Amino acid sequence: MEIESNQTSQDPQIPILRMKGITKRFPGVTANDNVNLDLKAGEVLALLGENGAGKSSLMNVLVGLYRPDEGTIEVRGQQTAIHSPADADVLGIGMIHQEFMLVETMSVAENIILGMKALPSVPDLSKISKRIVEISDRYNLKVDPNANIWQLSVGERQRVEILKLIYRGAEILILDEPTAVLTPQESKELNRVIQQMTGEGKSAIFITHKMDEVMNFSDKVCVLQQGKLIATKATSETNPRELACLMVGKEVLFQLDKKPFNPGKEVLSVKNLSALDTKGHLALKQVSFNVHQNEVFGIAGVAGNGQKELVEAITGLHKTTEGTIKVDQIDHTNKSPICFIKSGISHIPADRLKFGVSGTMQVAENLIMKNYRMYPTTRKGLLNVGAIKNFATKMIDRFNISTPSQETHVKFLSGGNIQKTILAREIDSCRNLLIAAYPSRGLDVGATEAVRTRILEQRDQDKAVLLVSEELEELLTVADRIAVMFEGKIMGIVDANNTTIEALGLMMAGVEEGA
Amino acid sequence: MDTLTLTIGAILFSATSLIYATIGEILTERSGILNLGLEGLMMMGALSGFAVCYHTHSLFLSVIVALIVGALMSSIHAFLTITMKASQVVSGLSLTIFGVGLANFLGERLGPESNSFQLTGLEAPRFEQIAIPFLHEIPIIGPVFHQDLLTYIVYLLIPLSWFFVYKTKYGLELQAVGENPRTAEAMGINVIRLRYIYTIVGGMLVSLGGSHLTLSYMSGWNENKTDGRGWIVIALVIFAMWDPKKAILGALLFGGISALQLSLQAGGITFIPASFLDMLPYLATVLVLICLTIWEIVSKRKFGAPASLGVNFMREEK
Amino acid sequence: MRIVFEKRKSFSKKSLVIVPIVSFLISLILGTVLLLSLGVNPIETYYVMFSGAFATWIDFSDTLVKSIPLILAGTGIIVAFKMKFWNIGAEGQLIFGGIFASGAALFLPSVVPHIFVIPMAVITGMIGGALWAAIPALLKAYLKVDETLTTLMLNYVAIYFASFLYFGPWKEQGSGYRGTKEFDESAWLPILDGNLHIGIIFAVLAAILVWFLLAKTKWGFELNILGENQNNARYIGVNIPRKIVSAMFISGGLAGLAGTFEVLGVMHRLEDGLVMNYGYTAIIVAWMSQLNAIAAIFVAVLLAGLIVGGELVQMFVGLPAAVSDVLQGLILFPLLAGALFTEYKLKIIRK
Repeated sequence: MEIESNQTSQDPQIPILRMKGITKRFPGVTANDNVNLDLKAGEVLALLGENGAGKSSLMNVLVGLYRPDEGTIEVRGQQTAIHSPADADVLGIGMIHQEFMLVETMSVAENIILGMKALPSVPDLSKISKRIVEISDRYNLKVDPNANIWQLSVGERQRVEILKLIYRGAEILILDEPTAVLTPQESKELNRVIQQMTGEGKSAIFITHKMDEVMNFSDKVCVLQQGKLIATKATSETNPRELACLMVGKEVLFQLDKKPFNPGKEVLSVKNLSALDTKGHLALKQVSFNVHQNEVFGIAGVAGNGQKELVEAITGLHKTTEGTIKVDQIDHTNKSPICFIKSGISHIPADRLKFGVSGTMQVAENLIMKNYRMYPTTRKGLLNVGAIKNFATKMIDRFNISTPSQETHVKFLSGGNIQKTILAREIDSCRNLLIAAYPSRGLDVGATEAVRTRILEQRDQDKAVLLVSEELEELLTVADRIAVMFEGKIMGIVDANNTTIEALGLMMAGVEEGA
Repeated sequence: MDTLTLTIGAILFSATSLIYATIGEILTERSGILNLGLEGLMMMGALSGFAVCYHTHSLFLSVIVALIVGALMSSIHAFLTITMKASQVVSGLSLTIFGVGLANFLGERLGPESNSFQLTGLEAPRFEQIAIPFLHEIPIIGPVFHQDLLTYIVYLLIPLSWFFVYKTKYGLELQAVGENPRTAEAMGINVIRLRYIYTIVGGMLVSLGGSHLTLSYMSGWNENKTDGRGWIVIALVIFAMWDPKKAILGALLFGGISALQLSLQAGGITFIPASFLDMLPYLATVLVLICLTIWEIVSKRKFGAPASLGVNFMREEK
Repeated sequence: MRIVFEKRKSFSKKSLVIVPIVSFLISLILGTVLLLSLGVNPIETYYVMFSGAFATWIDFSDTLVKSIPLILAGTGIIVAFKMKFWNIGAEGQLIFGGIFASGAALFLPSVVPHIFVIPMAVITGMIGGALWAAIPALLKAYLKVDETLTTLMLNYVAIYFASFLYFGPWKEQGSGYRGTKEFDESAWLPILDGNLHIGIIFAVLAAILVWFLLAKTKWGFELNILGENQNNARYIGVNIPRKIVSAMFISGGLAGLAGTFEVLGVMHRLEDGLVMNYGYTAIIVAWMSQLNAIAAIFVAVLLAGLIVGGELVQMFVGLPAAVSDVLQGLILFPLLAGALFTEYKLKIIRK
């Protein structure tokens, strides 16, 4: 469906989109809980929330990739059922996902028309290319219709995604973390394009973490937390501090037993560390910091600002381009994972199912993945079944892992128990440094408390802890010092006792410390 | 006619069955399904075509039956791998074992009583060579225009299939399904339906290729008629880099090597062992694979096999 | 109304037993239908097949002889499949083992004391298979070239190389026979009884050793993890390229051993009879035994029985020997379909 005119004939006061009471449940978790959302023509709405808050899930419902368990959707005043992306397409709703939906081997033009119902059998690519050029000129989105996707940069690919939506007549555009992969200049460009489109009466919803984007790009913001809609505000009537508080939420402050800060010797030393991400862009820019014994060093910041590359670099999983990593004064730069493990480092990975466990293996087997090379788990190359059983029983007990048996496959455990399994293994084998990346992500209150308690325990037992987290609450409670990362750089390192959520939030949004 | 002309004619003639099968498997693999059951499909195509031809004397009916047989057999593979999410490798191998066995089995049961029910050693109508007036007398390339009907059809099939894959909207959908089924699904394409269609259509073409062997090329049936051609086709698909118009290159290469072998032997030149010539296409394919992979890494360019080939597609829960 | 496959909440152990049984019954039914449609008595056919393969000791020992290469190659494939390395090249590795062993058998008897001939030939054969497997292993480990296609192509290179040898430099002089001369007796594997050579003992031993290696050792533990979740393996420090190559040495070595025993124990020469598609049937063995090497012993004997039974059916019932291939396919299809039910269950949703 293509819209010839640039203006949408729609009464600006009636919402073009109304989502009412949307509830979506998955086994074990409610992704969206009775969420309401209104969108007017020409409006830009920001969906703000932490990981797991339900933003992507809500939008997937809107584009027909998920079916809601409860709730209705009204488009242009008519209640409709959206059962597939094709349905959404017809209604003029289009989405740009975080992972671009592009076929690399095909050209820009071919990707744009892929799957369109009203296409002739033999599409006239020259006519289509001309139209694409028209649109790209109109919005100043430079791209060559005949180029193949694999040749394009990330920014160019996003332009293709936008062109795709416009070409197919989208009036409601949904963008999932659109600036996560863009440079600041490219982000400004994107904003300009969106403003141009909304000026013509189109509407946009974008999912984001970045507070400054919410303030600069949107007219209205909806804050989600754990599946529920917490607040809807006009952007002009709020500020980053308030939004940061709403996003993080008012959780019960755990009274954790924390001994006074008395750091020991330096365990981890990172100097001028730089690294590229998987797409070849600079993800870490000369990061420097130290972590000491008896210290929890926190790293704050929205996910995607270089934390992943940092954690992988200091565990041997990612190559660095400059700088050094020293563990107990010994150079470990660009060494293999086994080297780090043998030095006594433990790592609780951010993506627990992808890296931390083998879901199709037993709990006991996953528990021994750090100590299977040593006695008593292994004797002369043979696994010692008795020793393994004992060890697993001990760990399950000590760390309160709820599992039908130690032979159960890990994938059948709840998220919290999977994390406890990883915790058990990593803490037991930790000799000097514990690296925990987003350890309480997706966990319930009980599991979260357990995680934080264990981390403090390690700190008090002469270990050094590096804690990467998105939850400022967590960092303020558990960490001694906090560094904030933004776009690959450390914005500032502060004393946890002497700082506030607001101050951290500002640094997370790119405002340098002291500015 | 001089030796060169004879050779070109022979090459083309033997390449026809390979080209049909290669194009068929290209379509299947382009949709993301690996079908290793080609030897079984070609055997059954060869057998069913000949059996029907012997009993009914109708070439037309024989081709139709070969197509139907190909469709039925490849639908087993499609059902097992697409709906039942079984291993594509094991399913394809099972199809080969089954198809080859069934063809040899029926080859000893579908014959007339006078021949102990065997189909071996019998004669049946075959597609005769049709000479196109004037053109077939052109020196050197003359034999191109002096082939049987199925070969003439293959001349059309090559450009048509190329056009289909690269220039029509259906071809675009096919490419998307094999490269990035998640994206295809998000763009409203029914990945499962298309995979079924292309696995079955591909299987029909493979079977048709097999039938060319018994209805034209070497008319008549004997045990293990296809003699490993089905496996060669798998190599040819790689060699063609999954592009229908390149299918002819590999087929000619294989056909060329057999013809070269024969003429070398005829000419008394035996210092190049026949076996090394036989090996050549397979070694060449491995080299092509290595080069494609390295090229891909070095240039960060996307080549070669459809990215989703061999990977079963799980539709996300709604 | 829709039919949907829903993922199970826990691995169904019940299905591991039910599925093969139900599949086998379905295949019996399908086979019966096929035989009836050809005017053949299915009961008579099944009886001849079964008794021909298992009834008397002579029959059973024929079955066992045929099962030896299946056990060995099947076990080798299990090692590869455990780390999700799709080694379709067992056929080629088997042949190369046969080539190397033949080379040793042809040239060693005149050079070393006869008592050393067999041990050296066996080791040589295993090396041959291992080397042939190392090629696709190195390509995958260091260049990430897909192994399904490379192993498959190398099968044909192996087949033609073998035929080059026994048609060319190693051909028996003065004979029209397509093969080498018969080996000197010092290179013949000792016989246990009738046709059954000692290879059967080593095959069973090898299977048990492999089972032990995979289930009980540290090395096997790492291999399992590599197959289950490659990212996890890397995270816990497994050296993945090294693992791939060492595992494939073992896989190829076992397939090479299968070829070695065929030339030293059954054929006593290198000839085109070595190409019996054992390498492909062994894949079926590996898959059907669910990658358990001990189970592979029994599955291999069963499939070997099917092959032997098929040959007898040809003689006594007048059916083509190919009937065993047909029945094999009919057994495999329901099994393939049934594998789904260990992870999913059927659900009917009414709208």
